[in-house]
Amino acid sequence: MISSTSETILSIKDLHASVEDQEILHGVNLLVKEGEIHAIMGRNGSGKSTLSKVIAGHPSYKVLSGSIQFKGTNILELEPEERARIGIFLGFQYPVEIPGVSNLEFLRVATNSRRKELLASELDTFEFEDLVKERLKIVEMDPAFLERSVNEGFSGGEKKRNEILQMALLEPVISILDETDSGLDIDALRIVASGINTLSKPNTATILITHYQRLLNEITPDFVHIMANGKIIKTGSKELAIDLERSGYDFINKDAKDKEMAT
Amino acid sequence: MKSSTICEEWLNSLPPTQGYLKNEQSIGREFLSEQGMPSKKDEAWRLSNFNRLNSFLTLPTIIGNEDIKTKFKSIFPEKDQNRERIIINPNKNPIFNINLPEGIEELNNREIEENIGKIVCSTNIKNDISVCLNQASSSQLLALKVKGNSNQSLEIVIPSIEEKSISTRILLLVEEGAKLDLLQIFLGNHNSAQNHLIEIKLESKVELTHGLLSLGEEKESSSICTVAVEQSEKSKYSLNSIHHGWDYARFEPRIIQSDGEASTIIKGLQVTKSKEQIATHSLIRFEGPNGKLDQLQKAVASEYSHCIFNGSIEVPQKAQKTEAAQLSRNLLLSKRAKIDTKPELEIVADDVRCTHGATVSQLQDEELFYLLSRGIDNEHANSLLLQGYYDEVISHFPKSAEKWNFIEKLIQDIKK
Repeated sequence: MISSTSETILSIKDLHASVEDQEILHGVNLLVKEGEIHAIMGRNGSGKSTLSKVIAGHPSYKVLSGSIQFKGTNILELEPEERARIGIFLGFQYPVEIPGVSNLEFLRVATNSRRKELLASELDTFEFEDLVKERLKIVEMDPAFLERSVNEGFSGGEKKRNEILQMALLEPVISILDETDSGLDIDALRIVASGINTLSKPNTATILITHYQRLLNEITPDFVHIMANGKIIKTGSKELAIDLERSGYDFINKDAKDKEMAT
Repeated sequence: MKSSTICEEWLNSLPPTQGYLKNEQSIGREFLSEQGMPSKKDEAWRLSNFNRLNSFLTLPTIIGNEDIKTKFKSIFPEKDQNRERIIINPNKNPIFNINLPEGIEELNNREIEENIGKIVCSTNIKNDISVCLNQASSSQLLALKVKGNSNQSLEIVIPSIEEKSISTRILLLVEEGAKLDLLQIFLGNHNSAQNHLIEIKLESKVELTHGLLSLGEEKESSSICTVAVEQSEKSKYSLNSIHHGWDYARFEPRIIQSDGEASTIIKGLQVTKSKEQIATHSLIRFEGPNGKLDQLQKAVASEYSHCIFNGSIEVPQKAQKTEAAQLSRNLLLSKRAKIDTKPELEIVADDVRCTHGATVSQLQDEELFYLLSRGIDNEHANSLLLQGYYDEVISHFPKSAEKWNFIEKLIQDIKK
């Protein structure tokens, strides 16, 4: 799927970012092209989730320097809702529960916001119900979840499926999925992974943030990046994830130290 | 002018005591002439905006036919087919020209005489200023009886009159085993005041769902409303109330479970903006064992407004095995808005389960970001979150209440 002429979707250069005045990202560089699947791995606190929140435009995170371009446009000035509408999707590690807000209504409003950007017609309640029922199949989700409040009382697995359902409806250009595999049993992991595979298209891209190699057994990444101390310190192929699973992060540390010594 | 002088002048301006409420009028007037209006020293009134309270006394109470023609709000959404509507026009005996469904009757004079003021006494509110103001000035009474074992729906609309102060009084007896779905709508008007006293007696095994939609929606509109309810054993009373758009509103539900063994559910919502003040002072007293209460009071205050909640629960020695839960949840949407919330539990019985809690918060940033990250714009996201917040109360209203468009009103004027 990847060719040298593929268009660049996301380009992050020397990104420094902080939360509550503490610098978390210390110069991240990342290039994601059409059709690519990237996996970002790393210890807790290495800055993986921060990177995803910064790309999505969370107001608590401040970009200190560097740039993020989406299809050649600087997105740092865009509001989170504007970033979502142009096709940047963040799958939350902990999807938020919103009592009293119907999941169906939320999905419809969100879908229509994205459709407006794509110059597609707005869907009324009936049209939307048809669409959502079709997309529910991708994540094998019970339609009863549409009648409930957004994520309220959903199990961990149901929340993650609801995230992938949103991805299926919004049809993003790039999906950043933050630990979508955490808290999933084997069956749910398989369903979620198959959903992500179905939704990956030659003109879209995916960034998987994960701790474990097991998700990567289901979704084959083109690149695996290791993050530590707010930086991507190593990039490789799927084998890197396998090495990591086998030897833990210590080998990375050793590798990094060796490099430092050499320089 | 001193408030005592205003009160005296107001009392002098009232027409002479007359009609079948004559005795009640005398009781209210005597009390006010002795006690005068409340001051900051009265605990139950200390947070009240006294300037606004005075509008009940300064606006004229005498209403001419011309006022009804020109200053009376009279356009309402169409009524439901299966819910009769009563519109209270303070210039007429409200019983005239109304269709009562089979199973609801007006009380005869003897029944009125036997019951009037009784619930005011049993709920111990005869010395309340709000009640006395109403007693002193109410000249008409809507007195109804829901017959035993029947199942009824009813809507009562009370509009205001521009530049006038009106008082309305309702007495409702619900006989054994009856079910009633009552929806009341109070509507404000420009520079107006309305004061209501509603007395309700529930005989045993009665189920009353009482929706109260109180919408000021005009500048300088004020409302005081006391709902006094006496519940017999095995009765179930659900009170769902929304107060919005009043410059000044004070709501006082006073409920007594006279033998315990009954169930009370209260879901209240008050929403304020600009310089409005809306207060709820509730009191629930259990006079016997095994009573149940589930109370949720929500408030949303924005701009410079002020929401007040004072929730009293009394559980005397004889009310063993009472189960009461009270929760006050509040949203503060601006730095200059104010919320005062105070639970007051007086528990003497030792074998009871009573809980209470109060929270004041802002709209959750993480919830907002979640919606924004799906492409939903800021304004729409905020209104979805507010709707979600209101839902716990709104969802208890009958479907037919929606035509009063209150949901839009609740969301429209709240800006973060």
